[in-house]
Amino acid sequence: MTRIVGIDLGTTNSLVAYMDTDTPRVISARHERGMVPSVVALTDNGLIVGDPAKEHLTRSPERTVYSVKRFMGKSLADVQSELAYFPYTLTEKGGVIRIKLGEKSYSPPQISAMILKELKLRAEAFLGESISKAVITVPAYFNDSQRQATKDAGMIAGLDVLRIINEPTAASLAYGLQKKTQGTIAVYDLGGGTFDISILKLKNGIFEVLATNGDTHLGGDDFDQVLTELILNEIRTQHGLDLATLPDQMQAIRLEAERAKIRLSEELQTTVTLDLPNGQGRFSRELTRDQLNQLCTALVERTLGPCRLALKDAGLSPTDIDEVVLVGGSTRMPLVRQRVQALFGKQPHCDLNPDEVVALGAAVQADILSGGTTDMLLLDVTPLSLGIETMGGVMSSLIRRNTTIPASAKEMFTTYVDGQTGVDIHILQGERELAQDNRSLARFRLKVPPLPAGVPRIEVTFLIDANGILNVMAKDMRTGESQSIEVKPSYGLSDQEVERMIEDSFKFAADDVSARKLIEARLDAGALITTTEKSLSDGSHLVAPEEVAGIRAALAGLAAAKDGTDPRAIRGRMADLEQAAKTLTVAMLDESLKHGLQGKKVSDVT
Amino acid sequence: MDEHTHNTGDRRELMMARSMCWHCQSEMAGEYFCDRCVKVQPVSKDLDYFSCFGLPRRLVIDTNVLETKFYELSRAFHPDFYQNKSDAEQTISLGNSAMLNTAYRTLRDPIQRAEYLLDLEAGAVKDIRTTPPADLFEEILELQDTLDEFRGSDRASAQASTLRTKLHADRTALEQRQREMEAQLLQLFGRWDALQDRGEVTEEARAERNQLLKNMRSILSNRTYVKNIVNDLVETIA
Repeated sequence: MTRIVGIDLGTTNSLVAYMDTDTPRVISARHERGMVPSVVALTDNGLIVGDPAKEHLTRSPERTVYSVKRFMGKSLADVQSELAYFPYTLTEKGGVIRIKLGEKSYSPPQISAMILKELKLRAEAFLGESISKAVITVPAYFNDSQRQATKDAGMIAGLDVLRIINEPTAASLAYGLQKKTQGTIAVYDLGGGTFDISILKLKNGIFEVLATNGDTHLGGDDFDQVLTELILNEIRTQHGLDLATLPDQMQAIRLEAERAKIRLSEELQTTVTLDLPNGQGRFSRELTRDQLNQLCTALVERTLGPCRLALKDAGLSPTDIDEVVLVGGSTRMPLVRQRVQALFGKQPHCDLNPDEVVALGAAVQADILSGGTTDMLLLDVTPLSLGIETMGGVMSSLIRRNTTIPASAKEMFTTYVDGQTGVDIHILQGERELAQDNRSLARFRLKVPPLPAGVPRIEVTFLIDANGILNVMAKDMRTGESQSIEVKPSYGLSDQEVERMIEDSFKFAADDVSARKLIEARLDAGALITTTEKSLSDGSHLVAPEEVAGIRAALAGLAAAKDGTDPRAIRGRMADLEQAAKTLTVAMLDESLKHGLQGKKVSDVT
Repeated sequence: MDEHTHNTGDRRELMMARSMCWHCQSEMAGEYFCDRCVKVQPVSKDLDYFSCFGLPRRLVIDTNVLETKFYELSRAFHPDFYQNKSDAEQTISLGNSAMLNTAYRTLRDPIQRAEYLLDLEAGAVKDIRTTPPADLFEEILELQDTLDEFRGSDRASAQASTLRTKLHADRTALEQRQREMEAQLLQLFGRWDALQDRGEVTEEARAERNQLLKNMRSILSNRTYVKNIVNDLVETIA
């Protein structure tokens, strides 16, 4: 049976996990963390992903993409208000955002595919087998376009995406598996860019989602943004410098804001420091947890409305919730925990690593799909109502929000004019009354045989599958013939475009074998750099200064090669470094042997 | 109890007609899985939701039994368990799951259950009320006026505040009315079920059946009307 991995494609970090017999585990590459920063950078040597790309955030901000998840399934108009915060250039083509990197433009699914490829390679290197199937998680409140974009990303990365699964429900699978919980639980998931709340009933291995709600544009990024604003303003008043127009400075501020925020989850007070550009001094200020809380209160409050709505839709009150589970890095903030505790009237659980639990749950779902786990079953819901535009621009709801999926609805269509050969159908998603206030998903034209008005009877089935993705089928009730429908997504890539991107992805990222060689070379290089640096700090006194200088030069050479994309160059610089450090290595070995032998009798060593 | 006790002869015949396995062509296709080749079978379009869960066609049902059966059938049909099966089986699993979810949602809610059963018993009628029920006529017209006045008022004004207080009182009254109707319905449900249990075929039983159907339909549409008014009101004053 082919192995299916579980992937958490996050706003800030991404992870891949697998099922190790009956325990889900996050795959961490040798010597590195399990988390891969969701960052892609264009360097002179090509595109790089993850930790090495993160280093380029301040070095070449206009060529380094982060938080791409915010743009999945979106048009430029959707993100207009925050364009100023992103240092890279966004354009739009065919209703899909394009991100400019050097000469080329990439759609968000293509950028996400690069992150997925990195995870795929890690999994392949770790498991020693080729990986072609995956379960990928998305925020529960993602609409159809955003889900489809995620699926496209998987295809472009060469993955067969067997299931798109909601992040909070994935977390509940991992949580339920470990805790053997029964009863009603609320999963509060606040990540880097998105917020979800899901209410579930756990009974005898069935995980039934009762209701879900959220905000796909609310997360840790927003906390960083308010803190960035504060720092920016203070630098302006205290130093008379406007750094808002300098992308590298903005990134430096944003990263320092993020670090300060993280520190304040543990400490009550911290110092924010930044070196100002061109030696214009240093910015430094004390920041207390209370001050941060004040800045973030309004944002945290915004998560409580969706919580109340989800409870209402589930027909429950806070006291009906047996356990509250926290997911996502942003739930480490004490303010978030306080507010959640106040709302539900009970202490939330946070004993599972909030960064890993979603990926672990995806691995559990992957195991269910491959037939390994048979006692657990997730019954999820569609987060938004699905409908069509009717006369007068009103949305007629066909499948209500929080309906268990798979879900289907049938609608009969006919003609109003004699000989009419087509009926235009506009599919919408959302809770508002007017079509224009909801999300346009797609349009299609129903083919109708030319007959007198009202005679044709075409039955259209709208089916939301287990991925929460819409499928449309049509059948002529007079002839019983099915007709295929070409649905044109309003905010998505066409099938042809995805096909082309799959081809492209093979072109620009060399084939998988050499890509894996690169990953492994980078990992080995990273390890060698770490051990050599440690040797230098411990034993540089054991060798001549020229030797030390030689080692440092070789270290710099390897570090540069590691950022490149040529595995042979990396291996070559590694050999250089090993050669340069040989004397030091031998000297340190002698030293440790000498220490080891001291105080021992000759008879012990021989 | 036999699952099909309440099916009419016609229905039974329809079910027999499709009881050939799509895969092995055996005549032994069971309700959901073929007795011979064990392949999943598409749930018949003619199978009503009550029969689907093996429940008697009654208005008051044991929701615990419903849930247990729903979970059991979900385990039988859910696409998660058909990932390694043929395309045909995956399609059937998807269709069956979607049908099952609709059936469960319908029967779980007592009002939807009643509306569904009424459609089964007396045919689907689009009985959507557009004018207020007689006993609420004056009250609702007045409420509409108050709502219009409130919508047109400056929300910060003293007038709006007075209107808001009035609307809150109206809401409480209408919600009370809705609960009364639900209580009435529950009582009718009990009478209906009792009549079904007796299984009489007398002229009187027929008359009672028709009267009950008529009364339930009428209260159900009144209740929907009042519920929509309340929703509109809540949205306006929110």
